This record gives sequence, C-alpha cells and structure tokens, in this order.
Amino acid sequence: MKLRLLYFASLREQLGTGGEEVAVPEGVSTVEGLRAYLMARDVAWGAALAPQKSLRVAVNQVMSQPDSPLKSGDEVAFFPPVTGG
Amino acid sequence: MSVRIQTADFDAGIEMAALRAGHSDVGAVVSFVGVVRDMNDGASVAGMTLEHYPGMTERSIQAIIDDASARWQIFDCLVIHRVGELKPVDQIVLVVVTGAHRGEAFAACEFVMDYLKTQAPFWKKELTPSGGRWVEARTSDDEAAARWIDTGYKKTI
Repeated sequence: MKLRLLYFASLREQLGTGGEEVAVPEGVSTVEGLRAYLMARDVAWGAALAPQKSLRVAVNQVMSQPDSPLKSGDEVAFFPPVTGG
Repeated sequence: MSVRIQTADFDAGIEMAALRAGHSDVGAVVSFVGVVRDMNDGASVAGMTLEHYPGMTERSIQAIIDDASARWQIFDCLVIHRVGELKPVDQIVLVVVTGAHRGEAFAACEFVMDYLKTQAPFWKKELTPSGGRWVEARTSDDEAAARWIDTGYKKTI
C-alpha cells in the first residue's frame, strides 16, 4: 500500500523532511499500525513519533483516531498540537 | 461564509463593511482581531513564523464556521488568518460575524475563535533572544473550546 506522508512544524524540523512517499507492508492498515511501522523503521522516527509526543494525525486532511483505517493513496499528516489564532 | 489564508495584512473595517454590504437585515456585526504580542511565556518576542497545512487549514476552519452556523442564527462569517513572517503589533487573525442580533453574533464569533485555536492546523515559531522556539499548545485554550461542549455542541471535526 502506498501512502503520502506529511510532517509539520517541530516534527518536520526534527525529522529533517516535510514528507515522503512510502510503500508500507501488508498488515499496516490503521493509523496506529502506520505509526508503529515508522517508529520501528528508523531510530529518528522512533524518537519523533513516540506516544508521549501527543502528536495529531490527519488522514486525507481530516483528524483521525488510532484505529482509523488506511487505504492506498491516502495522505497521512503527523503534527504537534496546533497553536494558531 | 468564507475563509482566507494569506501572507498579506487585512483591513478589518473594509472587511466588516463588505460582509454586511447590501444586507439591510443585519443588525449586528461582531469582529475579533488577534495581534502578535512582544512578550510570551516570559521571553521577549522579536517576530514569529506561522506555518499551516494548505488545504486542511481552510477545510477545518470552514467546518468550524459550518458548526457555528448550525448552532446560532447568523447571516455570514468571514475568517482571515495570516501565515509566514509576522512581527509584534502585526495582525494575525480576523473573525467577522453578521447577524440580526448581537447575542448570537457574539457567541458565534467567540466559538469560531475557540475552535480555530484548538483545531485548525497552524503552528507558531517565535524568535526570542535565545533563538527560535515552537509555541506549546495551552491547556487553557482546550478548556475554552471544551466549555461549548457543555452547552450542547457536538464535536464533528
């Protein structure tokens, strides 16, 4: 399954990239599963996406839950709590 | 009902006049302007950079406006939010609401700001004497948004 990942703000700086295209293995089918896959893939992602970071995850520009399903072609954005206004 | 994300400044007076132009049923125009302060969390702030998520930012603010329109009797709502480089005393955000009466317009304007601050994907990075720092989300903002839930608002965004 192919996904388009986006990273914003402090997370973008920490990872050194604003996003990437990834092909995730079969079995990665939810937001929670994707996060676990990315954390295991690379030590930098393991630190940046750790649960205590209280990151938000949006799927196709709508806020998601850990059990939200993913499908090929989805845009998945990871970002810290928002601070606009 | 419209949302504009832009780097350019805005003129609140012109926007307020435009939103009610030609609508003789408008009895109340409520506005809020957010401004960059020169101090935050104990440090002086020389400037800030505002980052957003193009597409989702507009969509999430539109959803907040739609919720406000479903909840209160308002005629129109405009939100302008600036992004990019800003300095102290610069305007950041404008919310304008028109309605027949002030009560509904005041409530809708406050609701839109409370939810914009906790839901719309913007991030501020401040320039302080010790360097750049990302602004931390405030629990007081979450509490401000949560009080609308107690009055029957169903979170859909």
